[in-house]
Amino acid sequence: MDLIVSAEGLNKRFGAVTAAQDVTVGIERDSVVGLIGTNGAGKTTFINMVTGYLKPDTGRILFDGEDITQLSPREVTRRGISRSFQIAQLYNSLTVIENITVAISVVLDNADQSGFFSFTDPIVPGFEQRPHEVANMLLERFQLQAYRDRRAQILPGGVRKLLDIALTLVAKPKVLFLDEPTSGVSAQEKFGMMNMVMGNIRSQGGTVLFVEHDMEVINRFSDRVLAFYDGRIIADGPPQTTLSDPDVLKYVVGGHRAKG
Amino acid sequence: MSAQKEPSRPDESSLPRADSSVTTVLTIAGAVLLLSLAAPQWAKFLLTIALAKGLVVLGLLPQMRTGLVSFGQALYYCLGAYAAGLAAKWFAVSDLILMIFIGGSLAAVLALVVGVLLSRYRSIFYGLLSLALSMILYGLLVKTEALGSTDGFNVAPFTLFGYRPEQDSVRNVMLVVVTTIATVSALVIHRHLRTPLGRMTTAIRDNEIRLEYMGASARRVIYVNYVIGAVLAGIGGAIVAAAVGHIDPEMAYWTMSGEFVFMAILAGTASVLAPFLGAAIFSAIHSFAFDVSPNTWQMILGASLLLVIVFLPDGLWSLFRRAERS
Repeated sequence: MDLIVSAEGLNKRFGAVTAAQDVTVGIERDSVVGLIGTNGAGKTTFINMVTGYLKPDTGRILFDGEDITQLSPREVTRRGISRSFQIAQLYNSLTVIENITVAISVVLDNADQSGFFSFTDPIVPGFEQRPHEVANMLLERFQLQAYRDRRAQILPGGVRKLLDIALTLVAKPKVLFLDEPTSGVSAQEKFGMMNMVMGNIRSQGGTVLFVEHDMEVINRFSDRVLAFYDGRIIADGPPQTTLSDPDVLKYVVGGHRAKG
Repeated sequence: MSAQKEPSRPDESSLPRADSSVTTVLTIAGAVLLLSLAAPQWAKFLLTIALAKGLVVLGLLPQMRTGLVSFGQALYYCLGAYAAGLAAKWFAVSDLILMIFIGGSLAAVLALVVGVLLSRYRSIFYGLLSLALSMILYGLLVKTEALGSTDGFNVAPFTLFGYRPEQDSVRNVMLVVVTTIATVSALVIHRHLRTPLGRMTTAIRDNEIRLEYMGASARRVIYVNYVIGAVLAGIGGAIVAAAVGHIDPEMAYWTMSGEFVFMAILAGTASVLAPFLGAAIFSAIHSFAFDVSPNTWQMILGASLLLVIVFLPDGLWSLFRRAERS
């Protein structure tokens, strides 16, 4: 099995609340993994630990064989793990195109592709295109052209989510975490949005882990499902098996509230 | 939601390469220089000082765009002045360009060290720590008899490439030099804000955590902007030392730093030309207020700042933006 991320015995407590309890899981390269569980079950804590925002109390996280447990979000991102946020994290005073420009600037700066005195357009590493071409391509792929010059602050919720995801793709991550990509999006629009998002991610390759509450979306888009309850993974397997697991039916799909 | 007012710009403008405002900066600089050379001596002097202080404010601009306000630019302003003055006093350096170079360099050296510490702090802590550092310099200078204590000392007349300007052309020479430096600096900052590093500047103010999650180091951006600000303040201080011919510790006092922040707020941070407008208008109000009411001139300054904050929160420069849009 070719594992790109493996978590080994992760534990995390916040006072009396157990946010992760012996979480051990391996994620295969180029797989699409759905994360399910009620609020407080430990999905976001898992994401936060892998992306470096939280340090587990015990256990370790390997990325491509390297121990990344103690790295900062910045160092984790530079190694190829990106994330989007449950509440879209944008640069609110900047326009949509400027938000994308910032993301491209970070990639260029990390690759040290454009010096102060260079007046020619650099090439964005990974895309082999010039910055404005990459920016326009992303606008088109995420159907954001109409919002190009609008400030992020005034964008509708669904568009904010799309822009948030588009920003993560600029770095061409090897592993991408999407934290509730369709939250705040109407039921009718969910499938269209996921089709667009997943299509765009697949076109540049990489592993995806996404948090989702809609079981139909999980069923349709993931090849593997991890069910969280009370900080533990209570079921792990293909969607058909996991979603019909009695524990999952009882604690996740049935909407049973997690403790704390 | 408001309808989009501006028509969509053409594609190539998304990441501007040839900067249209380079021409604007050069045109305005040329016009200012031509007009001022014909102006009376006192106006030339006022403009020289305003441009030198404008350089300090220009150095504040990238920091303010990251959402950080240094209340301690006077540290580097004073350091630049003393470095230039002492070079003249102790080592008989009289060349204006060399004095300015020394002022800027010394400021850079200190900022490279202090910046490591300061770039860890945000919001009010950044402002107050920078203020505290400038007051340390003030305290040191006041206590140092060898440097004239509170009186400071005089700086001998400057030369330029071995030539000592005549009494009546000193101000013209100074004006040409300071306008040139201001123009080049404005263009450099304009360019800096368009490099990948510079583009992260506003992003830090909006959402630093997201920027870190993109793999960028906000601290590095803040550090670079801080050093740039120090160099410009050092250059500004050296120019003032040579232009006035006298320096004293008041240059490091916190009210001096406050003056720079005042100028920055007055004109806004929308353009690299705004700091110079802010400095010019500030010194105009200052001179006018002092003439009209020598005892309560601060009230007039304060009232004008209040008016700007209430009616033009983005500074006087936003008037140009409004004019452009309509």
